[in-house]
Amino acid sequence: MIRPPLFLPQGVMRQILLSLATALLLALPGLAQAQATATDILNENRALIEKPTRAKIAPVIEALATSGDPVAATVLAAWAEKGLGLRKADGAFFLIEAGADGWILRDLSGTDAGTAARADVVELRPNAGVRGLIATALVQFTLSDPDPARRADALTSIARDPEEAHLEPLRASLATETDPALRAQKERLERLLTLRFDPDSAARVAAIQGFGADLGLDLRGALNPLLATSRIAYAGDVPEGVNLARNIVPGTDLSEVEAYDLLVAAGMAPARLTVEEARAALLANITDGAVAGIPVAELGTQAARDRAYTALEVAGAVPAAATDAEVAAAIAAHRFAEVYEEPDPLVTSAARTALDAITVKVGAMQAADLALDAISLASIYFLAAIGLAITFGVMRVINMAHGEFIMMGAYTGYVVQLFVTNYTLSILIALPLAFAVTFAAGVAMERLVIRHLYKRPLETLLATFGISIALQQIAKNIFGTQARPLTAPGWLDGALTFNDVVSISYIRIAIFVLAMVFLLFFLWLMKRTRLGLEVRAVTQNPSMAASMGINPDRINMLTFGLGSGIAGIAGVAIGLFAKVTSELGSDYIVQSFMTVVVGGVGNIWGTLAGAALIGALQKGIEWLNPSNTLAAQTYMILFIILFIQFRPRGIIALKGRAAGD
Amino acid sequence: MTRQTFVERSFLARNPSVLWFILILAVFTLGVTVLSEAYGLAFISTSFVKTLGKTLCLCLVALAMDLIWGYAGILSLGHMAFFALGGYMLGMWLMYARTEEIVVAALAQGGLPATPEEISQGIAVQIFGVVGASEFPPIWYFAHSFWAQMALVVLVPGGLALAFGWLAFRSRVTGVYLSILTQAMTLALALYLFQNDSGLRGNNGLSGLQNLPGLGDVSQDDLSIWFFWASALALGLGYVLLAWLVSGKFGSVIRAIRDDEQRVRFLGYSVEGYKLFVFTLTAVIAAIAGALYYPQAGIINPAELAPIASIYLAVWVAIGGRGRLYGAVIGAAFVSLLSSWFTGGRAPSIPLGFYTINWVDWWLVLLGLSFVAVTLFAPKGIGGLFDLWQGRMAPDRKGAQLGPEDGSLQEKEALK
Repeated sequence: MIRPPLFLPQGVMRQILLSLATALLLALPGLAQAQATATDILNENRALIEKPTRAKIAPVIEALATSGDPVAATVLAAWAEKGLGLRKADGAFFLIEAGADGWILRDLSGTDAGTAARADVVELRPNAGVRGLIATALVQFTLSDPDPARRADALTSIARDPEEAHLEPLRASLATETDPALRAQKERLERLLTLRFDPDSAARVAAIQGFGADLGLDLRGALNPLLATSRIAYAGDVPEGVNLARNIVPGTDLSEVEAYDLLVAAGMAPARLTVEEARAALLANITDGAVAGIPVAELGTQAARDRAYTALEVAGAVPAAATDAEVAAAIAAHRFAEVYEEPDPLVTSAARTALDAITVKVGAMQAADLALDAISLASIYFLAAIGLAITFGVMRVINMAHGEFIMMGAYTGYVVQLFVTNYTLSILIALPLAFAVTFAAGVAMERLVIRHLYKRPLETLLATFGISIALQQIAKNIFGTQARPLTAPGWLDGALTFNDVVSISYIRIAIFVLAMVFLLFFLWLMKRTRLGLEVRAVTQNPSMAASMGINPDRINMLTFGLGSGIAGIAGVAIGLFAKVTSELGSDYIVQSFMTVVVGGVGNIWGTLAGAALIGALQKGIEWLNPSNTLAAQTYMILFIILFIQFRPRGIIALKGRAAGD
Repeated sequence: MTRQTFVERSFLARNPSVLWFILILAVFTLGVTVLSEAYGLAFISTSFVKTLGKTLCLCLVALAMDLIWGYAGILSLGHMAFFALGGYMLGMWLMYARTEEIVVAALAQGGLPATPEEISQGIAVQIFGVVGASEFPPIWYFAHSFWAQMALVVLVPGGLALAFGWLAFRSRVTGVYLSILTQAMTLALALYLFQNDSGLRGNNGLSGLQNLPGLGDVSQDDLSIWFFWASALALGLGYVLLAWLVSGKFGSVIRAIRDDEQRVRFLGYSVEGYKLFVFTLTAVIAAIAGALYYPQAGIINPAELAPIASIYLAVWVAIGGRGRLYGAVIGAAFVSLLSSWFTGGRAPSIPLGFYTINWVDWWLVLLGLSFVAVTLFAPKGIGGLFDLWQGRMAPDRKGAQLGPEDGSLQEKEALK
């Protein structure tokens, strides 16, 4: 389906393209007519091919492209890449390739034709213009190539760098496209090219409107150049026929300096004197240690230099430079406008409408994407903090080595992957193993250190800090300072993509799921098991619990081990997307404590709320200032400090006797 | 004899350790001077004089830490932030004035005397070119003035401590919560300074601080000993001030707050006021120590504010012995000098046959574990040795010690 020509062809290019398109129709299987072979065409135009110019070579390329000869595409491609040679002896064309000593020759159909000395063959080197013509001619071959992969490649390369010349071959190739997916792709690309390059403005407007509020990046990429504007200064009123975006007023829409710079750039006003120029002019006019009667030693202020320059101006020694008053007058005498570079107002207004609609929709989608990001960040914080929710929240033990348990979990995952190369299997092994390792470390720490400090919370903090320093350095000594990979299994690669704006990677979904699993596990453990009952009893009143036959020492040990073990599992999950270094844990420790404290100590729902608040807050601030994640973290921590002033017990505060004190 | 001298004498009589400390400090200062390259036998290298001078500054900030943690029971994990802020404030003037000298010298070659605008522009480009800016941020407004920046050394960290402390103490944030909150403050400050548009050159920090403006002809040998004297003087004055503070009624009140905050409040004292005063005072002392430290170090960057630095401060004080001023000084000097000895690669490695313990790698492990050991087994730290020496043992009471937070009660008694 080829559009009828809607106008009279204006240039050679267009003629070529039209005839190309027609020829392509004729060259359809079954309709192909016998025409001159590529060899004939080359031979007929040997002189022209040897020294081609962009203007004259076009008919030759056209003839080659429309010849229907199966080798034509190879020949053209070889020509463009300096792979076509002319044997001096008999003037025959060969496909050439640099060999060990001289050229390796193949004839145009690709069969071996021996070798030749370097001097015997002229290598054809088309200039950039000619290569452009060849490339355009080649588009139709690749777009109709029998191999769907090559067709797809051609579409991708056109989409990356669309040109007006691509439009007609693309339209021509639509008719013969059999693959439905490629056909849809071609149709979309055809409309994108239409809205940018079609000569008929009605067709362009129709193409723009046909997309509606499509979210594709390619559409926005095609629409944005249509709305590009430039600022132009006019001596009088803005002339008719200019596609005006808006009038701009110096002082409000643009500064006076910018306005004057525009005038200078357009050659409508003399340049303002810069400090450097004034300085150079003064230096050039020093006579007897003074400039225009002012001693050099006094020229240490801008005012004195201005006086000296004005004196020089009066004497005619330097060219007159625009004074402030002249600048103001020049600005007042001109009108400034932003003008679309696209001359057609129908197209720009349609593009503006379409882009506005898209912007609204993109905004909504970005909000959704931001919400997804916030949820995923919140689940990371929750995962990092849930172990603390047990050790700190339930047992009130400050474990500053919690971050190092996370790190140990991540390194466990790394070590497992050294031995088990199947990533899915290795993760399945690493999760329970990380739990076992950190559980053991937690129990050991509780037995050896924390047990002796239950009544000295500040010293627990310090002692666990000592352990944290030591563990970090040990990890550094064993694994080195560089980041170690913890590779996610293949089925976690990629992202769940809803459209061009909203997407979430599978790893983050997995972490969210893991966080939810742990939440349920925690609730089940605390509310439904014997252990949970005993933990709660020991926390509330150790001596009473002991008199009921509960062994508080054992319970404390198990609880602490459990919290540490969960930190280990969190470490495996975090290691999947963050780099595994010895500092992995310390990156999370402050945020984890914040999560627990903000949420409310001793309540898992509080931890969840804290993680949600911190995650949402951080993403929200990042959205306001996207370039600066450091600032986001800074402001988030400031917010938390202020938040704790007003709700010292967190979002969900324990009440009554459970609150302790 | 006036009442004033009576109090003075009584203070020294009651605190013989102050005289001893001043004496030792004076002898030490004199010794280093005599052995230095600048004024003596050139037995101690200039870089080691700088290390010693820096150590004295660290001792001063450890004193501040001891007052707030050992005496008032507030474990602040933010005092190294005040220390670094003090360094930044003085560093701004040092860098400005030094760059000004260079820029003025360069512009003087230009044929015309430089205008103030040209000088200011040149300095800004020199200082901020590295972060892609060429204009002075507003916080550098006073950077040209030595006295203004000296005032800011005290005012900025003091003001920050006052605001933060007022918010925190007012809402009765205590214990570990306060520790975590101060740590968060430090982290926020460090993250902020790491940004390039913070106005303090991002992670490049301020550099070239060892060159004093106007003293380009004086060699580093002389400068290092001058700073050493200044540090020793500051440490001595700080010690006397704090010893005087804690020996009087004020000291009794803050120790009482440490032991039982509620009871002090019920007795009618403004607990928050006392805490706020101690917090702000120690922040100012830390800032002054920082302002003396960084010209000797030559460079300051946001990594100096990392939360871990404040933790090391707590480690020094804990190892030296909380609740006694000389303990803090001993801890800071001992641990920081030992640390630079170990990490400097001068400590001999220990070959174990199958593995060689290289102290550059294992020093932190040793430090961390010995810190745990001190916390567990010797809450009094190194300072406790002086009690042994004086035969001043704590009475043999039942139960384990509770440490300063829970006061002088023993475990069994405290549990009731």
